[in-house]
Amino acid sequence: MTNCKNVIVDTGCANLSSVKFAIERLGFSATITDDIEQIEAADKVIFPGVGSAKHAMANIIEKDLVETLQNLTQPVLGFCLGMQLMTQSSTEGINSTEGTEDIIIDCLGMIPTKVKSLDAQGNRLPHMGWNTLTTVNEHPVLKGINIDDYFYFVHSYAAPISEYTLASCEYGSKFSAIIGKDNFIGCQFHPERSGALGSKIIKNFLEL
Amino acid sequence: MLARRIIPCLDVRDGKVVKGVQFRNHEIIGDIVPLAQKYAEAGADELVFYDITASSDGRVVDKSWVSRIAEVIDIPFCVAGGIKSEADAKEILMMGADKISINSPALRDPTLISRLADHFGQQCVVVGIDSFYDKETGQYQVYQFTGDETRTQKTSWTTFDWIEKVVSLGAGEIVLNCMNQDGVRQGYDIEQLKQARAACNVPLIASGGAGAIEHFSDVYQQADVDGALAASVFHKGVIPIHELKAYLKSQNIEVRPC
Repeated sequence: MTNCKNVIVDTGCANLSSVKFAIERLGFSATITDDIEQIEAADKVIFPGVGSAKHAMANIIEKDLVETLQNLTQPVLGFCLGMQLMTQSSTEGINSTEGTEDIIIDCLGMIPTKVKSLDAQGNRLPHMGWNTLTTVNEHPVLKGINIDDYFYFVHSYAAPISEYTLASCEYGSKFSAIIGKDNFIGCQFHPERSGALGSKIIKNFLEL
Repeated sequence: MLARRIIPCLDVRDGKVVKGVQFRNHEIIGDIVPLAQKYAEAGADELVFYDITASSDGRVVDKSWVSRIAEVIDIPFCVAGGIKSEADAKEILMMGADKISINSPALRDPTLISRLADHFGQQCVVVGIDSFYDKETGQYQVYQFTGDETRTQKTSWTTFDWIEKVVSLGAGEIVLNCMNQDGVRQGYDIEQLKQARAACNVPLIASGGAGAIEHFSDVYQQADVDGALAASVFHKGVIPIHELKAYLKSQNIEVRPC
């Protein structure tokens, strides 16, 4: 596995190091980079993210990474905001002293679905904490993952259930916990902060 | 189902975990990293690290312990204390913390909450509130600089007004420290937490007063909080987390198995 090049895309957002540490705890290594050549040459690409889609997309455009990321053919795994950025667009609330206003951010579009406000049906938002999967498809990355397994979620926006849903979760309404299309897979939750089961997903991915 | 969270809180002073009674007389409990690892393995759902020296003495604080924690644990953790700007928050988040919690700096400049939420997302902005029940006025009042007894002072905010204000500014979670209860292990302040619950629609974490296993079921069932934070009962081994979770499950409270 030492010859296997794993890259974590530096989107200019925070939480890159926690993803790197999670990979290292499993005995693998990974390089954090925004270098186009290194990203293209990687065997596996991890696309993390925390925070606002507006800032992250602005960073990705500024780093000239849009086409590079869209054209990746090796396995790509997105976490949380990283997953949301793989979709066509993401709705996002912008806070100011005047209150919150929803805007739509164009994303990278590798997985043709759209991230919208989570319809929590009166439950508290953000959806924050450990929640269970309600459906789990057969998928190599989900080997050993079952319905009712707990993962750590922190979000207010979500991808709806669609043909790209690989696992679902419920919080007021059902939404996609994991989406995927071809070589692109995205988790709404944080596998790097989801204990042993989260590590299993990362390990499954790195061993693809 | 979303699980109720059990959150050990580690007060940090000069890189060591300490614990005082009603915010005073701090004694050293142990080193941060092994304690963090121990709690993660024991089934804690999240950890909070309060750097209790930071806000009150104004010096630059060594935060390298944040990345040492991020290296070893696989559950989320929040760092509080001394975060006064976007740059401070970025540093902590870059080192691997999942959330940052602000307290006194938010009181000094409430717009910090919106700026942090805009930059890093509402979900990682926690506002900690130190609330003290004033028996004379019958009001819950917000205090600041509680890390240092000599500088602790009452603010002009009542607790529930301040909760509404911080939520309107974009706080993603509230940790309510009920100071009258802190460290005395007589149970959470259910009445205050019930009122806080009614005042906010973001996750609410109870803090201060846990002394027995029933205190946790009481606060989840009666005040409907999302998480309960405790320190001494965990540090001193009074309540093992697996026993606590088994008990909560027997009371039909949703918890993540250890």
